[in-house]
Amino acid sequence: MNLTLRIWRQRSPEEQGAMTTYRVEGVSPDMSFLEVLDVLNEELVLRGEDPVAFDHDCREGICGSCGMVIDGQAHGPERTTACQLHMRHFRDGDTIDVEPWRAAAFPVVKDLVVDRSALDRIIGAGGYVTAPTGSAPEAHATAVPKEAADTAFEHAECIGCGACVAACPNGSAMLFTSAKVVHLNVLPQGAPERESRVLGMVAAMDEEGFGGCTNTGECATACPKGIPLPSIAAMNREYLRALRKGGARRP
Amino acid sequence: MALATRTARTSALGTLWGSTVGKKAVMAATGVIMLLWLTAHMLGNLKIFFGPAEFNGYAAWLRTLGEPALHEAWFLWIQRAVLALCVVLHGVAAYQLSRRDLAARPQRYAHRRPRASYATRTMRWGGVILGLFVVWHLLDLTAGVVNPLGEDGHPYQNVVADFRTWYADVFYIAAMLALGLHVRHGFWSAAQTLGANNRRRDRALKATANVLAVLLTAGFVSVPVAVMTGLVD
Repeated sequence: MNLTLRIWRQRSPEEQGAMTTYRVEGVSPDMSFLEVLDVLNEELVLRGEDPVAFDHDCREGICGSCGMVIDGQAHGPERTTACQLHMRHFRDGDTIDVEPWRAAAFPVVKDLVVDRSALDRIIGAGGYVTAPTGSAPEAHATAVPKEAADTAFEHAECIGCGACVAACPNGSAMLFTSAKVVHLNVLPQGAPERESRVLGMVAAMDEEGFGGCTNTGECATACPKGIPLPSIAAMNREYLRALRKGGARRP
Repeated sequence: MALATRTARTSALGTLWGSTVGKKAVMAATGVIMLLWLTAHMLGNLKIFFGPAEFNGYAAWLRTLGEPALHEAWFLWIQRAVLALCVVLHGVAAYQLSRRDLAARPQRYAHRRPRASYATRTMRWGGVILGLFVVWHLLDLTAGVVNPLGEDGHPYQNVVADFRTWYADVFYIAAMLALGLHVRHGFWSAAQTLGANNRRRDRALKATANVLAVLLTAGFVSVPVAVMTGLVD
């Protein structure tokens, strides 16, 4: 396959960026999207040019490091991460647009790399349990209803890649935040911080400059882990419940 | 975080209005109140099909509602005050949240593609259109200032005189279509915002929103259509 890539190149956070066109030839349909960028980067290095910077780590779709908007869709046309997106979903001769996540809370560091530490700070505001951890506890010590366990597991699948923020027209991090709130709030282990968690994480989310939810559903469509849209409703329910219980504390 | 010895206390209402989730909840709650009122208004409008005596009698009854506990038209004024408060809160919250949303995505994608449904995309400007419509509607059929007839105590005659003009028909029907779209997304969105949605209810809530939107629009639009076709005159 021969492809034309139009990639966002930006040398530093301060400098202006622009879409730059590259030809990549001899692409195998079995390659992943990141491997195409690897091939391009090898050529760029041989030509003495600056390679395209992009985040990546496990390349198995489980770490959440990679992320780029491909043809206007977060992680591209398939519901998976960019590393697990294979070129068989494109056609020979395609022109593909590659852009970084766009959000005020995700400033571009270089090319396709954005600073997603805002998500870490949301987690720091309540995405944890204070129960002692350490060695694995005895499985029967705390009974967890099956339905709660399933819900928690489904939401624990969030890899924090930021695709929801990138896809949202408001640059909102509600799906990400709701995944962590729901994950911990349905479990008995998360119960002691049930109110302060949701209040703290929503406050942190707002402070980072993420937008609000207008229920467009773009986030849940883009999520490579299938976090469902009603999770945001569950977070809203937890938030209003916490306010009613008078827990207007900020941790 | 574990070292924090002092916790800043703000009132629950302050936290509610200050957060994106809380402000949207205010929008949802005021939206639901307005939607309930609109349903009653639409059903009341249908009285016009039973003739001038019925319709004008219904309008007069609205002024005596709550008597003798309430004086004449007190019920109407209380209801107007509640609605005005809802409109203001709904609008201010929408404006502030929209400003925030637009600032959160300063740079657009070079590769654009159609996204979300038409109803979802038109919530903001649809809301503005509805706001302008309400101003005209109040001047027209409540105050009677811009009504071709504008006779106090004769709402039936005012409505008929109104909808005999083409511009009133066009503006009214366009606004009611905008209302249908607004309710279509708004009702489900309110359920989502107030935390009433979950995976089992999602489809039922969307279906309810569609039915509500169609019934409201059809009910309201039936009046100008009836005047235009001569069914009501």
